[in-house]
Amino acid sequence: MDGMHDLGGKQGFGKIAYPLTPHDESWEPLVRALWTLGVRAGLYNMDEYRHAIERMAPVHYLSAPYFERTLTAVATLLVEKGVVTAETLAAKAGGAFPLSRPIGPGRDPAPAQSFVIGEPVRVKNVFTSGHTRMPGYIRGKTGVVVAITPPYPFPDAAAHGMRETWEPTYDVRFCSEELWPDSSDPALVHVGVFQSYLEKA
Amino acid sequence: MTDDPAPAAARAAALKEAFAEKGLLPDGFVEDFTRHAEENWITRNGAQMVARAWTDEAFRARLLADATAAAGEMGFGLPKHHRHLVALENTPGIHNVIVCTQCSCTAFSIIGAAPDWYKDLDYRARVVRQARTVLAEMGLSLPAATEIRVWDTSADTRYMVLPLQPARTQGWDAEALAAIVTQDAMIGVAEIG
Repeated sequence: MDGMHDLGGKQGFGKIAYPLTPHDESWEPLVRALWTLGVRAGLYNMDEYRHAIERMAPVHYLSAPYFERTLTAVATLLVEKGVVTAETLAAKAGGAFPLSRPIGPGRDPAPAQSFVIGEPVRVKNVFTSGHTRMPGYIRGKTGVVVAITPPYPFPDAAAHGMRETWEPTYDVRFCSEELWPDSSDPALVHVGVFQSYLEKA
Repeated sequence: MTDDPAPAAARAAALKEAFAEKGLLPDGFVEDFTRHAEENWITRNGAQMVARAWTDEAFRARLLADATAAAGEMGFGLPKHHRHLVALENTPGIHNVIVCTQCSCTAFSIIGAAPDWYKDLDYRARVVRQARTVLAEMGLSLPAATEIRVWDTSADTRYMVLPLQPARTQGWDAEALAAIVTQDAMIGVAEIG
């Protein structure tokens, strides 16, 4: 989905709060542990988790610290999986408990194909309302394969409880000046791109 | 009518109760997991790998060929969903920097939990497009001739940067070297002085 989370190349942001911005983090280890517990209990996989974050209302997403995004996603998944109701969570919290927006359909992988190191490839000009790990800034762009990975679960299906298929990803090298002509610092930008997102250039 | 969210700490406590009431929360899990994470997923793991790569050419070659195996050789594992670790070698003419523009993925069991700034919106939005500017703002001014390579952690591959060894540390042993390797250097936003 072309969601608020897909930040790469978005303009208007400011200096990085480096090295650290102090904030109340006393509850964060609890959230991190519960997130792990949900994965270990088999309640959700990593792609379902990531998509639950992406489905947060954009204003909430932008204003929430990292672990509040985790908190919101895990709570949403527990409600969607029938572990607890939204009303019960709010009652226990003693106030509103904002959850993510409802999930829509995923999509199947593309027919198998393969690419070799050094080969020019193009990112397909395709769109989905569901989960994807194709950052919007590479859509339709051409790069060169510099590495090939072992197969990983295809996120666009795995996030939607569909039949799990695995496929390799390709580390594709793009030139920043081709991604954002006349409006970027010169650099080589590498993205791990699932096979299904690519076509021959 | 406004319906203000409960404080995050209260929502986190509610979530914990929800797990517990379904019998999904083993006794002591939160404390045990937190201790495990804080003791084992630390920057020193990656620092030891870097220091060894600086002092052991054969290990350096193995690290660059298969960082997952090289980490395993030193007793460092990855969570299941971090399926493949890649070490990115800095050279006098090439500087690598890592990011996750869509969330905040890092090889946290190797380089330690991601710092807040890495997870913030500004870094994620800007470093792919304005790498040289962002690095300079963070205190790392690279020579104009240096090629910058940005790596967006968009799949299940996890990256770590193998920084340049400072000239002043030639001849140091691996233990002394590991003590000066920082998380920022393994992310690629700093050099080691």
